[in-house]
Amino acid sequence: MLIQQLTKHYGAKRVVDEVSFEIPKGKVLSLIGPNGAGKSTVMGMISRLVAKDAGLVHFEGKDLAQWNSRDLSKRLAILTQSNNIQMKLTVRELVSFGRFPYSQGRLQEEDRQKVDEALAYMELEVIADQFIDELSGGQRQRAMIAMVIAQDTDYILLDEPTNNLDIYHASNMMKIVRRLCDELGKTVILVLHEINYAAFYSDYICAFVNGRVAQFGTVEDVISKENLSAIYGVDFEIQQVAGRPLSIYY
Amino acid sequence: MFQRVRSTLLLAAVLVLCSVLSLFIGVVNFSVSDVLNGNWEALEILVLSRLPRLLAILCTGMGMSVAGLIMQQLCMNKFVSPTTGATISSAQLGILFAFLFMPGSTLWVRAGFAFVSAIAGTWIFVAFIQRIQFKDVVMVPLVGIMFGNVIGGITNYLAYKYEMTQALSSWLVGHFSLVMKGRYELVILVVPLVLAAFLFANHFNIVGMGKDFSKNLGVPYNAVLFLGLTIAAMITASIVVVAGSISYIGLIVPNLVTMFKGDKLRGTLADTALFGALFVLVCDMLGRVVIAPYELPIELIVGILGSLIFIGLLWMRLNGKARIVRKPEGGCRG
Repeated sequence: MLIQQLTKHYGAKRVVDEVSFEIPKGKVLSLIGPNGAGKSTVMGMISRLVAKDAGLVHFEGKDLAQWNSRDLSKRLAILTQSNNIQMKLTVRELVSFGRFPYSQGRLQEEDRQKVDEALAYMELEVIADQFIDELSGGQRQRAMIAMVIAQDTDYILLDEPTNNLDIYHASNMMKIVRRLCDELGKTVILVLHEINYAAFYSDYICAFVNGRVAQFGTVEDVISKENLSAIYGVDFEIQQVAGRPLSIYY
Repeated sequence: MFQRVRSTLLLAAVLVLCSVLSLFIGVVNFSVSDVLNGNWEALEILVLSRLPRLLAILCTGMGMSVAGLIMQQLCMNKFVSPTTGATISSAQLGILFAFLFMPGSTLWVRAGFAFVSAIAGTWIFVAFIQRIQFKDVVMVPLVGIMFGNVIGGITNYLAYKYEMTQALSSWLVGHFSLVMKGRYELVILVVPLVLAAFLFANHFNIVGMGKDFSKNLGVPYNAVLFLGLTIAAMITASIVVVAGSISYIGLIVPNLVTMFKGDKLRGTLADTALFGALFVLVCDMLGRVVIAPYELPIELIVGILGSLIFIGLLWMRLNGKARIVRKPEGGCRG
């Protein structure tokens, strides 16, 4: 996926300003940056949830705008934080929605199999028949990921997947992201606030400041004292822990 | 498999029983043997009055509850319904327009006016609550009730001004006493509309999960929202034209059913339709029996029972988890 000169205005304010970068296939890419830097808007535009004002998103050979929405939903999945979770649906019913692009609601044998696989992969079989509004935040997040797995797309986009999760569930979520990439060969793109999760669990990092790409590269390239201080405007210390750069800020 | 359809079968059985019973309630008494022996008078009453009334009641109950269920799903708010979403009052305004502009109009022309205005009124209401994001789920129906009253006020003003109050009164309070052969057939339109709702049940479910959620699955959010609201408004309008305004059913029936069966529409639609029909039928039988040989309008009975259940629901939801405020994004949320 290739992003060129992507631009978005809200009123007179230019929230995303001629952003260009390429998303490496089969890797985990984290978008980081301070609040209002435009990372979530970029995520919205590369997943067709937000309309772009200018620029191009090349996806698998053609511009994203040329894709039929239903075909695209078999190739690219996005999870945002705004889904309605008050709905009284069972976990299995929710995961089955992931098969909608293929079956339009009439599940075939193959669809049922994919749903079962996704439930098993996320270890949700025991609670498959419980209502999602009765689950804990971590379980619900896993159910949403299971839906995306059932959707069976090459690309998975997650907007702040660790939001509202405690340390245990958040680090579990990041391990799941790693498995999606390593075991299932997915390309995963994340918006993250927590830099250390980005540093420990992704392959590439794209850092935004004021609607522009400030840094793009491998974790080792981007996570340095100078870079992070410039991006966030806070003092940083970097230490190597388990072969990864751990940032300490104060 | 049996577990899943048990409630549906049970409801269907009770409904059939009550339907047969209702055919033998009325001013003129006759029995099953009269009908079987070919008593002409009894047959005539059955075909001209009792059967049409039964059909109208069943369609009304089914239609109003399914319309309410669709609106609640699409608007992500359990308190939206044809009553609290200004659909009924818009349909009434449409009927008044038909009287004003085409005085000699037939039932079908009036229905046409009612369709257009009910759809327009519902769309305006939903567009409005989508723009303004309320912090409390109860605000949405309150705004709907206010909006409905504004439209009702316009209807009343015009009716007084052009001396139409008499003609209109029959559409303001719902009742089935004027239902007979030749005056009710329009309400059968509810059946194909409810079937259409069945076909799109999964789409409605997905749209009810939010704008981003639907786009991710390749479901055209706005198109499905408009389609669903149009179906709900047309169902409501065809009922209002035949029987007048019948409130609360679209609110309480879907709420009671989803409480037990969950929000997956494929699983709840049939039960909602059957329970709605049963509820209206029982209310109508009560209305016919309480002060026999006279009868109370159905709106009165449903109003009393419905408002009690509505207060109960409000109380339960406000004490429960319904006050959680969602992040503002898409959807006609509360």
